[in-house]
Amino acid sequence: MLTLTSPVDTPLHRLPAGAKLAALAATTLALFATQSIALMCAALAVIAALHLIGGRRFAAHGLRMLWPLWPFVAVVALWHLWAGQAQQGGTVVLRMLAAVAAANLVTMTTRLSDMITVLEWLARPLSPLLPPRRLALAIALVIRFIPVLSERMATLAQAFRARSPRRSGWRLLAPAALAALDDAEHVADALRARGGVS
Amino acid sequence: MERSLTHIALFAALIAVLGLVPRVDLATGVPITAQSLGIMLCGTVLGARRGALAVLLFLLLVALGLPLLSGGRGGLGVFVGPTVGFLIGFPIAAFVAGWVMERTTLAPFWAAGAGAVIGGIGVLYPFGIIGISVVLDKTLAEAALIALVFLPGDILKAVLAGLVTQAIARARPAALLSRA
Repeated sequence: MLTLTSPVDTPLHRLPAGAKLAALAATTLALFATQSIALMCAALAVIAALHLIGGRRFAAHGLRMLWPLWPFVAVVALWHLWAGQAQQGGTVVLRMLAAVAAANLVTMTTRLSDMITVLEWLARPLSPLLPPRRLALAIALVIRFIPVLSERMATLAQAFRARSPRRSGWRLLAPAALAALDDAEHVADALRARGGVS
Repeated sequence: MERSLTHIALFAALIAVLGLVPRVDLATGVPITAQSLGIMLCGTVLGARRGALAVLLFLLLVALGLPLLSGGRGGLGVFVGPTVGFLIGFPIAAFVAGWVMERTTLAPFWAAGAGAVIGGIGVLYPFGIIGISVVLDKTLAEAALIALVFLPGDILKAVLAGLVTQAIARARPAALLSRA
């Protein structure tokens, strides 16, 4: 399955994941602590410049990842224009775009395996409660079973279409959930047969 | 142990798959997907504890950078965006939905429907509204107005959660862990 990590290799890909995450946390806190529109613009400019280091394709990918925010930008812009507080509206929109773009930048430049390494380090204090191997197995199971369940849904939809001219709508949801429950039982049996989970 | 683990993992995968289901646009123009239905089902089918853990596992994979949220969204950006409150509320919503299912003796449809409304709307929306109010710098009342656009879809999904849970109770009574 595809991750959101950008295939375009940038110098940012080579920075350690932990450092990038720490920098991101500091940036986000700073963005939400300030009201200064100048600082907000500066932050957005720096983040845009970091995107451009990776080239046009990389920057375009970053812009596409910001696209789902447009309804919120539209709502805030209309709201503040109507209320006559253009500057306040600008601060809100700039802060949101900068915070989300910075976080997306870390996601785009950090491989899944590096993220999981950081996660393992973060989860270490929890290890008496949640053994790291169990967490790793759970993550692997989810990643493996998304395509399996997805295919099962497609098969169910095809079977429905072959038998009825109507749209399947919600009728496939129960069979899909049952399939997930059955798979869970089978995988549990298989794990137990191989010695179980520690 | 193995059963808990596989049920949690498989339902986390189910939430992701339900986000890929072709979306329906409501009359208001707001797209709805079956993803929040998946959150409700985690609670009503797996029960409070396992349901909440399944949702947490799903969110963890989103944070690690997998595009599993509806519309192919994911990564760390969604956790600072305007809908962050809903993401934080998801595991708690699933827990409450499961708790209602476990603690009542109503028929599955009514118990699951009530759990989905209480957890997936009553508990989830305050989180969502606080999130919108912080990120977009609005008062709580103004944020509530924005959150209102999601309401019709979520009421519909609570009914569907009831119907799906009822279907599972009929087909595999033993598999309904919330009532085991």
